[in-house]
Amino acid sequence: MDKSACIAKVEDLYQRDSRKVFATLVRLLGDFELAEEAMHEAFAAALQQWPEQGLPHNPLAWLVSAGKFKALDGIRRKQKFGQLQPDLQRLAEELGEHQEYMAEQEIEDERLRLIFTCCHPAIDARIQVPLTLREVCGLTTEEIASAFLTQPATLAQRIVRGKAKIRDARIPFKIPELAELPARLDAVLSVIYLIFNEGYSASAGDAAIRRDLSDEAIRLTRLVLELLPDPEVMGLLALMLLHESRRAARTDENGDLVLLEDQDRSVWDRQMIEEGKQLVRRALATRRFGFYTLQAAISAVHADAASPQETDWHQIVALYSLLLQVEDSPIIALNRAVAVAMRDGPGAGLEIIDQLLRHKELAQYHLAYSARGELLRRSGQPQLARQAYAQALSLAKQAPERRFLQARLAELDA
Amino acid sequence: MKFVCLGYLDENKFANLSEEEGQKMMNACFDYDDELRRKGHFLGGEALDWSRKAVTLRTKNGQVEVTDGPYAETKEILGGILLLEARDINHAISLMSAHPGVKVGPFEIRPADEQINRLIAERGARLNTAQA
Repeated sequence: MDKSACIAKVEDLYQRDSRKVFATLVRLLGDFELAEEAMHEAFAAALQQWPEQGLPHNPLAWLVSAGKFKALDGIRRKQKFGQLQPDLQRLAEELGEHQEYMAEQEIEDERLRLIFTCCHPAIDARIQVPLTLREVCGLTTEEIASAFLTQPATLAQRIVRGKAKIRDARIPFKIPELAELPARLDAVLSVIYLIFNEGYSASAGDAAIRRDLSDEAIRLTRLVLELLPDPEVMGLLALMLLHESRRAARTDENGDLVLLEDQDRSVWDRQMIEEGKQLVRRALATRRFGFYTLQAAISAVHADAASPQETDWHQIVALYSLLLQVEDSPIIALNRAVAVAMRDGPGAGLEIIDQLLRHKELAQYHLAYSARGELLRRSGQPQLARQAYAQALSLAKQAPERRFLQARLAELDA
Repeated sequence: MKFVCLGYLDENKFANLSEEEGQKMMNACFDYDDELRRKGHFLGGEALDWSRKAVTLRTKNGQVEVTDGPYAETKEILGGILLLEARDINHAISLMSAHPGVKVGPFEIRPADEQINRLIAERGARLNTAQA
């Protein structure tokens, strides 16, 4: 391999695999800052040495090993300055003993360990998401801040606190034992789902970075699935793929939301739909499925319909009923009501929504009024529909949603 | 990304250090700067002389008025500036957390305004070609 090809290889590895090397070093060194520096030094060393000495047999293992020795060098230099802390001393001794070359598969698994660490229940839920995105996915604090519409300085502080928590509480860098795995896996999946939704649902912020978030969430889930073929992991991956398949259809040229029933189904990504449906089938076949799989199954029914009229609403209502048993949420009940309206007519749906609105939880939820407005309009009660839409508008915060509601109101006035 | 790190210090405390102590502290800072330099994070720096040597300009009634001393009369005074290259603000925080200067006084880390810096660089390049 000639020199320029070697350099290109290092750059490619940095793009694709630097977080794997980082995750491995975090575990070996037990310290985020040391690992970050060691990882960068290892890549710098590769840029120098590979063009001269040729590509190593196992490049990732070479990088991990180089990073380890760079960290050891750094620790020794600090020792010279008299800055050595006692736990660094111990670490230097341990690393000196840890000489074995790691297998490629072992390095693959390291990112998963790091996800479990970053999503540990001892870490504040608001910190888990940015911490995972930065440490596991390698996004910069500024990119995450721009996606979540926060100030980088605020987010930086949370990330520092998260890392300090891991250090001070001695949260281990490992995949949990079988007994605690289900609960811990739940936390990981919900962090990934939050990341996905931030990239998919919200329409403020930089569109390109938002798309990155969804892609990262899908990549993370694939990684989790590879190592833990749990039905709910399949369900979550399926759910995200089925939603993502509609990305091109769900906004118009102005960035405004297009409802499922109005979307151009010919631009849905068939490949993602196929993969999503296969995963749903696999998950359902285990009969141990839950929240994510059921939502994915609903999404798959929509994906199967060539037009909104051809949707199998019987099946969708049945799936929502099951979902309500898994998670008794008023928002799921609202979605079920809309499906009932599609199956049995607007009056049946309205009856359920009016019951739901008597509960406090939905009383401030703009989509409840928007759904009510839609069903009233369809049942030929424009006056009441107008009131419901106006109430939805007074509660909606996002610009595209507000524009959507204003357009509906204008239609009713016309 | 480029970050500007502003190191503050209490000049009274600093003036009271023995020469040996002052030297020791400075060497520790230089050693750490070397660490940063070795890894390509150190873009540059300036140490500032005593704040009593400063003058401050401000415009009053269309006239530039000069007063002696620093702009802000606070206990902790800007003592030095370090330009840092880091992946993101958390990387900058972790690099500067280990800097011995943080033991002396607070450090403010501010991202450089890349947009305005680009404009400045373009102006400089234009002037250079015009002169060539």
